[in-house]
Amino acid sequence: MAILGQILFFIALVLGVGFFTLNIKKLIRNIKLGKAVDCSDRKGDRFKQMAKVALGQSKMVVRPIAGILHIIVYVGFIIINIEVIEIIIDGLFGTHRVLSFMGGFYKFLIGTFEILALLVFVGVVVFWLRRNALKIKRFWANEMKGWPKDDANYILYFEMVLMGLFLLMNAADYQLQLSGAAHYAQQDGSIVGAFPVSQYISTLLAGLSESSLILVERSAWWLHILGILFFLNYLYYSKHLHILLAFPNTYLAKLQPKGEMDNLESVKQEVALMMDPNADPFAAPSGDEEAAEPEKFGASDVFDLNQVQLLNAYTCTECGRCTSECPANQTGKKLSPRKIMMDTRDRLQEVSKQIDAKKDPKEDGKQLLDDYITREELWACTTCNACVQACPIGIDPLSIILDMRRYLVMEQSAAPNELNVAMGNIENNGAPWPYNQMDRLNWADEN
Amino acid sequence: MNTDNTNTEKIKVPTMAEYMAQGKKPEVLFWVGCAGSFDDRAKKITKAFVKLLTKAKVDYAVLGTEESCTGDPAKRSGNEFLFQMQAAMNIEVLNGYEVKKIVTACPHCFNTIKNEYPELGGNYEVVHHTQFLKSLMEEGRLRVEGGKFKGKRITFHDPCYLGRANDEYEAPRDLLRKLEVELLEMRKCKSQGLCCGAGGGQMFKEPEKGNKDVNVLRTEQALETKPEAIAAGCPFCNTMMTDGVKNKNKENEVEVFDVAEMIAQAQDL
Repeated sequence: MAILGQILFFIALVLGVGFFTLNIKKLIRNIKLGKAVDCSDRKGDRFKQMAKVALGQSKMVVRPIAGILHIIVYVGFIIINIEVIEIIIDGLFGTHRVLSFMGGFYKFLIGTFEILALLVFVGVVVFWLRRNALKIKRFWANEMKGWPKDDANYILYFEMVLMGLFLLMNAADYQLQLSGAAHYAQQDGSIVGAFPVSQYISTLLAGLSESSLILVERSAWWLHILGILFFLNYLYYSKHLHILLAFPNTYLAKLQPKGEMDNLESVKQEVALMMDPNADPFAAPSGDEEAAEPEKFGASDVFDLNQVQLLNAYTCTECGRCTSECPANQTGKKLSPRKIMMDTRDRLQEVSKQIDAKKDPKEDGKQLLDDYITREELWACTTCNACVQACPIGIDPLSIILDMRRYLVMEQSAAPNELNVAMGNIENNGAPWPYNQMDRLNWADEN
Repeated sequence: MNTDNTNTEKIKVPTMAEYMAQGKKPEVLFWVGCAGSFDDRAKKITKAFVKLLTKAKVDYAVLGTEESCTGDPAKRSGNEFLFQMQAAMNIEVLNGYEVKKIVTACPHCFNTIKNEYPELGGNYEVVHHTQFLKSLMEEGRLRVEGGKFKGKRITFHDPCYLGRANDEYEAPRDLLRKLEVELLEMRKCKSQGLCCGAGGGQMFKEPEKGNKDVNVLRTEQALETKPEAIAAGCPFCNTMMTDGVKNKNKENEVEVFDVAEMIAQAQDL
């Protein structure tokens, strides 16, 4: 009978991890639809940035309440997962609390897990209250209706249930140890592990028979590990991938000053040619140039974005700090940097489904521009970098906005008219206003 | 020393071409920028800064008619082509004069020349005028103590392209401290400062539909500190905040100054 449990556990583990691996492969495939970026420079600085921002959560505490709660949940999540190692060994080999040979240290570990589990539970309940009872504005923006709102709540319920099951499992175990049940209790009557939290739950179970206790303990154990495997696979379909992707994302995030925007390579070549007095305007293009498709300026779809921007989209956990700091959003404009990231991801997932169905995703008649992100949103941006500054995990919505503006201006000549006038002035007289360049020093003679 | 008539005294502004003709190179190039050259309000900032440069006996020159837009509004509007054309022309002029150090009173010019020109062949030491004035004071070349603004309630609005974009929050504040003002911080300041609403080409277009203008929201945040004046470090922020103060009908109570103007006024320049 025991062996049957082990086999079932093995199958569940293989299915859970296997399916997760498939989805991660798909995720990598999708990110690779974007343009390659070279991030092989400044490795030391990149590791430092990752250590500080992702591991150290330095930007989370800019908002102290959410930040501290998040650190509790984050630390709890990581440390409690050490327990999963034991659960997996026990499940595969039919052992029970295999690591208990560590004695006093084991007691310390289990005791710590329990306290953290309680803290995580409380933290998650407060998160839920902030979302659903306090109705904090950034969680109720337009783009948060429907699935994004439900998704956020499902994750919180999940974490509550997992922590509850962990504590219930321990409570039943403790009760079984107290009653001297075979397989649970020690020969000498000593207690394995420490149960600073679940001992209180355990008193509620005191009246149950041994077989009922075993049923409770086993059910909680199984549901806990199956829940973890399910949650692992839920990640890809939810906004919760940040628990993994925050690390590569902060590693790959921009190290230059925020104000520095990339100089488009494709434009550099054109300008170099125009500025070269020896260039022959009537020269026939050389053979290989003709074969190469002229590069598109800017981005109208996910394929035109780079791989870091697509990783950004998968990493976004929709916390909305960017949007709540955005000057355009705060003054009622349609632009929401969070929506830019959500739209990018939604479009990428749509493309992914088409690739899975062996269809050409470039032929589906849809694109990121207009079908997801409107021009009105793009033109409302002041490029102030508040969204980039606010993101706790190094996402850069501004770079996507800029790339899409580049497409609108350079491929479609579709800038708002006043901007066209200003740019025309720059082109003609070297200033955004229609003043003669020869008058540039007139101020020196005025009083 | 006769300081009484300096207000009306014309200051000769040297150009790079003149320096070149004399076979000399100035210590620093003052990049005036489009706003500083043409906008009536910003021209006052330019003149105040020039007075400070003269007072501190800085060996400087301007490009004058050889200066052209850095391309910042074009780049941020998505016109990379126009930006790179402007950059190429400016870099050619700057490199022709073998410019090493540039100071500018416009954070947009500052950011563009400092961060985006190097990759296109323009490598210079670029400083914002508040950084430059601070270093002049540290070197003892410019002295300022209290004066007209001593004890006055002043709040500083961080320009995005000086602050968040380039992490410079302290230089303008250090200057205000030298003026012995009562420095007030808005609830959104430094790295979390709210934009004035002019960046990214917005200066040159109507805002998208919303329920408020960005400059009005920012002005409200500034007025919450009950200031006697608002200090800025960017000609565009200056315009936006001035308009915001007018929108709130406070133009007779709260003035908007550039930090350089405040120092010049404190010295009765």
